[in-house]
Amino acid sequence: MNELLDVKYLHKEFDNNVVLKDINLSVKKGEVVVIIGPSGCGKSTFLRCLNGLEEIQSGVIRVDGLEVNPKNKDIVKLRQKIGMVFQSYELFPHLSVIDNLIIAPMKVQKRKREEVTKEALKLLDRVDLLDKKDMYPRQLSGGQKQRVAIVRALLVHPEIILFDEVTAALDPEMVYEVLETMQELARQGSTMIIVTHEMNFAKAVADKIIFFDKGEIVEETDDVEGFFASPKTERAAKFLDRFQFTTRL
Amino acid sequence: MQALGIDVLFKGTNLFRLLQGLWVSIEISLISVVISIVLGLIVGILMTIDRPFLRIILKIYLEVVRIMPQMVLLFIVYFGTTRVFGWDLSAEFSAIFVFSFWGTAEMGDLVRGAIKTIPKIQFESSLALGFNTVQTFVVIIIPQTIRRLIPLAINLITRMIKTTSLVMMIGNVEVLKVAQQIIEANRNTSPNAAFGVFAFVFFLYFIICWPISRLSIYLEKRWA
Repeated sequence: MNELLDVKYLHKEFDNNVVLKDINLSVKKGEVVVIIGPSGCGKSTFLRCLNGLEEIQSGVIRVDGLEVNPKNKDIVKLRQKIGMVFQSYELFPHLSVIDNLIIAPMKVQKRKREEVTKEALKLLDRVDLLDKKDMYPRQLSGGQKQRVAIVRALLVHPEIILFDEVTAALDPEMVYEVLETMQELARQGSTMIIVTHEMNFAKAVADKIIFFDKGEIVEETDDVEGFFASPKTERAAKFLDRFQFTTRL
Repeated sequence: MQALGIDVLFKGTNLFRLLQGLWVSIEISLISVVISIVLGLIVGILMTIDRPFLRIILKIYLEVVRIMPQMVLLFIVYFGTTRVFGWDLSAEFSAIFVFSFWGTAEMGDLVRGAIKTIPKIQFESSLALGFNTVQTFVVIIIPQTIRRLIPLAINLITRMIKTTSLVMMIGNVEVLKVAQQIIEANRNTSPNAAFGVFAFVFFLYFIICWPISRLSIYLEKRWA
């Protein structure tokens, strides 16, 4: 099988607190993996390990056959294969929207300005933000910023994109526009790993569901409908139950 | 005019000599300021890097500069090194060295403070796009700190310009030294020269530092 991402026995601790224990996961090209679980269970830390923003104590992470290691010089090359979108957008405030988009392809990948700009404008148009290209991040709404951040990650042409609770900081009416953009990407066959609390979205977009709790994978399944209807583990059932309760309120 | 001792300024080449002295002050400050800004940026970045040994060294450097009066530093470099190492440093070189040594430390601390205000996740966001550490600083972080930095840096620059008056203590004939010489030379003919000449020196410092200080206030307001 053509495994794009392969994680074996990943183990991470912060000051002797185990945050991730023996995580195994493989993701195929074109697969959409959604990670859910209670806050503080290690989901975000797991994503950050995948592109080398966190050091790991043991285990191996391979992307496209290459090992992810923040101390390795190749990490810069590897990170171009793994895009990441953050909860707090993290656009660069001193650059306009278009400059935010083209700076990494130009400076990191040495691509031509005209070529990158053309592609950037095309993608901006697809997320309905073409008219905002010369604005600065502070002039945009949260949902608009997040869509720009997604386009920015796409322009580096990553093989996998990590989404770290990208709608968690947004007003409810803006959540939709961002999720729609992500669903569009999933439809086009992008490989994505998504950490989210949006259960309906997870159900709609996921090829595989991973349920995290207390730093480990408690349940992993390709039967997405089945998971939400009747999860196999008690912990997942309890978590989903609590979630349905809050959405009913 | 005579009562205030201003007439002395127009005797012979006095005015020209004062301006020449002013140029020495400006030259020393200008070179030191440029060196301090360049090295200060580098030192400031190094101060934010998580290497305990490096951090301690830079901390000691900063504290030494803060604690020592600039005049003592000047004396050590100019007189001290001659006696101990036999180095024959020119007064101008010593002055530029000491002012750059001082300016780099202070500038470095300003840069460090400005970088610290940038959230850590901005660094991560840049790294996640494939930038390496150096590119992250040059392309993403430093440009974001410039706005905070410029008013503070300008403040430091005016302080450096004013403090150049100390360099006459190691024999640089700068504006204040020329003023003293003129007053001494005219002690009998114009006993009041001290007032007029020093007032003029004050005026010279003022016309250099005031616009710079106004610029700083303007930028602070504009970028607040």
